[in-house]
Amino acid sequence: MSEVQDRLRQRVAELLDGGTIDLFIGYASADAPLKTAVHVVRSSADAEALVWDARCTSNLAALLPDLFKRPQDQRDEWAAPRVGILAKGCVSRSIVGLIKAHQVPREALHIVGVGCSGVVDRHRAARLVAPAQLSKVEFLGDGRVRLHATDGSEQDVDLAELLLEGCLECRHPNAVLSDESIGEPTTAADGSRFANVKSFASRTIDERWEAFRQEISRCIRCYACREACPNCYCTECFAEETSPRWIGVTTEPSDLMLFHLGRAFHQAGRCVDCGACVSACPQGIDLRLLTQKVNEDVESLFGGEVGVSVDRLEPLLQFEMADDEGFMTEP
Amino acid sequence: MTETTDRPDNERIDWEPRIAAFLCNWCSYAGADLAGVSRIQYPPNVRVIRVPCSGRINPLFIVKALQSGMDGVLVSGCHPGDCHYISGNLYARRKFALMKSLLEYVGIEPDRVHFSWVSAAEGIRFAELLHAVVEAVRAIGPATKMVKRIEAVP
Repeated sequence: MSEVQDRLRQRVAELLDGGTIDLFIGYASADAPLKTAVHVVRSSADAEALVWDARCTSNLAALLPDLFKRPQDQRDEWAAPRVGILAKGCVSRSIVGLIKAHQVPREALHIVGVGCSGVVDRHRAARLVAPAQLSKVEFLGDGRVRLHATDGSEQDVDLAELLLEGCLECRHPNAVLSDESIGEPTTAADGSRFANVKSFASRTIDERWEAFRQEISRCIRCYACREACPNCYCTECFAEETSPRWIGVTTEPSDLMLFHLGRAFHQAGRCVDCGACVSACPQGIDLRLLTQKVNEDVESLFGGEVGVSVDRLEPLLQFEMADDEGFMTEP
Repeated sequence: MTETTDRPDNERIDWEPRIAAFLCNWCSYAGADLAGVSRIQYPPNVRVIRVPCSGRINPLFIVKALQSGMDGVLVSGCHPGDCHYISGNLYARRKFALMKSLLEYVGIEPDRVHFSWVSAAEGIRFAELLHAVVEAVRAIGPATKMVKRIEAVP
């Protein structure tokens, strides 16, 4: 992994010095255990801070739309920046979605693809050391990780036990769209897809409701899930709209549910299951429970995979005369 | 956290379901109108909201209606191929398929939410549809799950 990291730093410095790109978006170490910060590199000296390992959870594509918004006061002289970005499989699929949505011009991007073997879910690690908290995490190599807790205890676990649920069923660990690649391609995971949706759906309707209500009731409405998501580029989100006011300013469960149902629904045909929302959530809410349900329905009803082709229209922007009507009421 | 309690409606023996019906201007609303002018009886439980097209209906309207205390929601538009705007109902069909499935998945009774096509000539079908919807909603009782409750300030 560190070989890839060295190569990445070197290559980004070359790209910046050579004038191919104006800035590069990657990851840098952060102070908190199992977290990385988004790192925007503007000079080749900064490239030394770039990292690439299993802590790189955030979806860097989320930064892109803002970079290409033309400032109001610079209509004529403004030129879009040339942006380099480090893209694991899910990030590259989000970029495909952004290009299709005309949020990002393809020609302004220089995509550096990288094979990903999955990233960690800090909530899983936190649960292993609970009720203490993580103080430090060491990567021991050979897929082993040592967790240090605030109570002084330490335990060694397999990295595989800490991965995001979504990474266990990832079909596209390598960039689907890139200008160059660093390191060797990774092989896709073999976990069965939509395992969490299938197990949730097998429960009775009242159990599902109770589980949903309890999960969502923990939401503090910080909207970190939205901020972390590359699909959430709307200038005004329905969550903050005042006319109509979709969501009351309360902590009443139905208002929280409305936000989460709306958020999941707005992901239809666009969510690549990168897990950035799950990682961003301070409450550890299982957000994939909803987004993956929508993903599964989109795939089974309308077919096709999200974010693998720039040419294919989003499923909700098209229709077939023969679309399923099994859900409809006949008198 | 507000405790889930049954609405006062639930205690009343004469509870009648309240149903929000989003009807498209060109077909279903006209179908409802035809049922009216033809003096066809249909249950008075429905509160009709006229919209330009079924494609105009944001699926969040449905969730919002349930949150606002409606016991059921009916969405109806032109039959496929008959849309005044050519294809609004076909886009709507995809959105509603997903939303209905998502609501059922999180534990909302599937019979709370109904979709159907009603043309401007189908006054009888509209009345039959409403009978079916009202009976389905009556069978599952008053909505309690999504309904917003604000505790009274003591």
